[in-house]
Amino acid sequence: MRIDIEVNGSRHSMDVDPSQTLLEVLRDELGLTGTKYGCGEGRCGACTVLVGAHAVASCTIPAQSANGATITTIEGLEHDGHLHPVQQAFLDEQAFQCAYCTPGIVMASVALLRANPQPSAEEIARGLETNICRCGTYPRIIAAVRRAAAGGAGEARP
Amino acid sequence: MIARGGTEGASRREFLKMLGGGLLVVLVTRDLLAEPAPGTRLTAAAPGAPQIPGDVGAWLHIDANGAVTVFTGKVEFGQGIRTSLAQEIAEELRVPLSSVRLVMGDTMLTPFDMGTFGSRSTPQMGTQLRKVGATARERLVDLAAEHWHVDPGGLTAAAGRVTDPRTHRSLRYGELTAGRTITATVNDAVALTPKAHWTVAGTSAPHVGGRDLVTGRHQYTSDMRVPDMLYAKILRAPSIGATLASLDASAAQAIPGVVVTRDGDFVGVTAPSVPTAAKALGALRATWAPASGPEPSSRDIADYLRRTPAPDAGPGHEGGSAEPFERGDVTAALAAAPHRLTQSYTVAYIAHVPLEPRAALAQITHEAGGDRLTVWTGTQRPFAVRDQVAQALGMPNDRVRVIVPDTGSGYGGKHTGEAAVEAARLAQKVGRPVKLVWTREEEFRWAYFRPAGVIDVDAGVDANGIISAWTFDNYNSGPAAIRPPYPIANQRVIFHPSVSPLRQGSYRALAATANHFARESHVSELAHMVQMDPVAFRLKNIDDPRLHDVVQKAADTFGWPGPNRQPGHGVGVACGFEKGGYVATCAEVSVDHGSGDVHIVRAVTAFDCGAIVNPDGLRNQISGALVQGIGGALFEAIEFDHGVIGNPHLADYRVPRFSDVPAIDVVLVDRPDEPSMGAGEAPIMALAPAVAAALFEATGVRLRALPMAPSGIKLAAASGSGAR
Repeated sequence: MRIDIEVNGSRHSMDVDPSQTLLEVLRDELGLTGTKYGCGEGRCGACTVLVGAHAVASCTIPAQSANGATITTIEGLEHDGHLHPVQQAFLDEQAFQCAYCTPGIVMASVALLRANPQPSAEEIARGLETNICRCGTYPRIIAAVRRAAAGGAGEARP
Repeated sequence: MIARGGTEGASRREFLKMLGGGLLVVLVTRDLLAEPAPGTRLTAAAPGAPQIPGDVGAWLHIDANGAVTVFTGKVEFGQGIRTSLAQEIAEELRVPLSSVRLVMGDTMLTPFDMGTFGSRSTPQMGTQLRKVGATARERLVDLAAEHWHVDPGGLTAAAGRVTDPRTHRSLRYGELTAGRTITATVNDAVALTPKAHWTVAGTSAPHVGGRDLVTGRHQYTSDMRVPDMLYAKILRAPSIGATLASLDASAAQAIPGVVVTRDGDFVGVTAPSVPTAAKALGALRATWAPASGPEPSSRDIADYLRRTPAPDAGPGHEGGSAEPFERGDVTAALAAAPHRLTQSYTVAYIAHVPLEPRAALAQITHEAGGDRLTVWTGTQRPFAVRDQVAQALGMPNDRVRVIVPDTGSGYGGKHTGEAAVEAARLAQKVGRPVKLVWTREEEFRWAYFRPAGVIDVDAGVDANGIISAWTFDNYNSGPAAIRPPYPIANQRVIFHPSVSPLRQGSYRALAATANHFARESHVSELAHMVQMDPVAFRLKNIDDPRLHDVVQKAADTFGWPGPNRQPGHGVGVACGFEKGGYVATCAEVSVDHGSGDVHIVRAVTAFDCGAIVNPDGLRNQISGALVQGIGGALFEAIEFDHGVIGNPHLADYRVPRFSDVPAIDVVLVDRPDEPSMGAGEAPIMALAPAVAAALFEATGVRLRALPMAPSGIKLAAASGSGAR
């Protein structure tokens, strides 16, 4: 099936297999490997991307159903060499270890802040509950999201 | 001992030629050889192509622009050594951290290394690299002295320059070596910079390469692509130990672009895309014969391990001696003790669940001297995996190169090269590069686990509140940290390896977690029996001042035991020593009397690993270890029956999430005059027994099996008994 999607501002028209997930299309067809495979069942959040304004687990989305969607991946956050405030906050707080989960958690945090620009620590934890950081940097991630919120990241694009 | 001796010599020489002139400092690990073997000394350098001896621990190169490249076989898995090792080099060399680059875990370019495990990177590689850096600095000062015809004693090295303070002349390091190749071997007795004078080491330098991590630009193995690459899937047996009875691959073979490779029970498919590979795998028709023999399940594993001894320790049983330890007369002391307690503790198999599953990209190139194979893969033991791959393919070791990109974690779970071997076998068959990324389910079913185990403890306390007798029998967990840190006069400590129905191996801190759970739980029970405060009881029994300190500091920071608690809350403490690290954890838990849900409210850990190299990185490791420890303490367990893993998905195997995390307070105990030790492991091991003690205080229930509360605590069933 042919689908048209917009990814990080670029339009793509491509044939996809019915079995392909959005994650596979992003990684294997478009080479956007910042989005990670972690579990294939939407339980770890490593594959989180934005579809419109919403954070979704791209490993659970059939590529066909993304037809017409506007998608933002981790590669789409940086603008003109400037990190997105959420990325900068993760760097400032050193909120990662192996960082394999980081792109997914950054994307989930961007969506969270857009919906709730000044979340409490509890709201951040609840909002990111489907994201796993196996290295256990959760407290720093909460600190990073709060730092980003304090800097007005909820109002930043996208 | 694994053979060394310049097997990669030719390629290394080519590479060093590429590096061009400059200063090359080589660390010869003389302690590995009684006497330097002939030919292992550095010979006079041929222009542009210095020779590297085989018995080298690390090397460092400074080019004409002053850029420093350090080569070490260690690998970065998130523990932060790419940063902390660079800090140590920069400190001794007197250069900014930004001018140091580490080449890590590449069997062609880096010196042989046993692997990145056992918290050895900081005490061993860190110390070696400091000597390399200090030797390089001394050599550069000598070069400047020769250049100026002055005494080197009056010169200083700082900020990448050698300066003569008398004349204010200075030369950049790159200028000193420009146009020449100069080699030096490490002076083992070189004076290292004391911690009091550190300016780069000892600081909270941010993670090197952090920007590429938050932008997703860093390429993990699973992200890599090379031209002409095929994707692979592997046919898996329905149960552990099953053998392939028949295979009909015709339907799979008929799919355009698909190649099916079979070699005994190994069956893999390759295809130009992931969906095609998945279709081909699904089209294979296989029948399997199940394994014969005893097949315990997760329900009866404890009994099985107790009654099924193995002749020798195996994988996962590292980190200590399997020899029994005995001192004093434990039988008499137990009989004489006014207070005596016997209990058994169990731990389940648990999975590492590295968020990046096993992955490998294998590429064969045809060269004049024969085929060469390059494998990119995330393993903690690149050299062992190189040998494993070479053996599987029937290639000489020196034709195989393993490269480890900074990897999406391991926690002891990536010591082996399963995906590397599989991808390499397929690449050899199809003659094109092959990438294989395991699924999460494959990771659960076909990787290895932390060993399950049973531990029996029998102990006595004398009339003064001193533990006077101690027997400790560990079945299958392993011998790491098996001996108590308390100076008990009469003790007998034995590790009994068992036959394991599941594949088992290393896990963060090895058996130290199980042994601390049993030991420290028992110590808390002894304190309760003799009606002493568990902190006071420990302090009374500890004779090591550093252990004493971490217990005191954790208790002070926690505010032990704290004011009257809310109903359903409890506090607990535990401590220990392992791999050079002293740890004490105080924890507060809450138990919901309605639902039985358990939550760790707060945890304070005090940790002493000698002189601290990077305080922020250390805090991150300690806090992360505590969080990871929550899973094994409360709810992680592999379920299995008849060789089938029952919970091979994250939907069924619960790992710690945001909502599980307590308020964490980390207390760093810096010891500037003590050697720097590792911190990746020991901080995990005191959490479970501290939580167990806290749960007892909260509920009156003693939980002696890890995980303690996979479905909460059923208070009604245990009310009044005080024991389980």
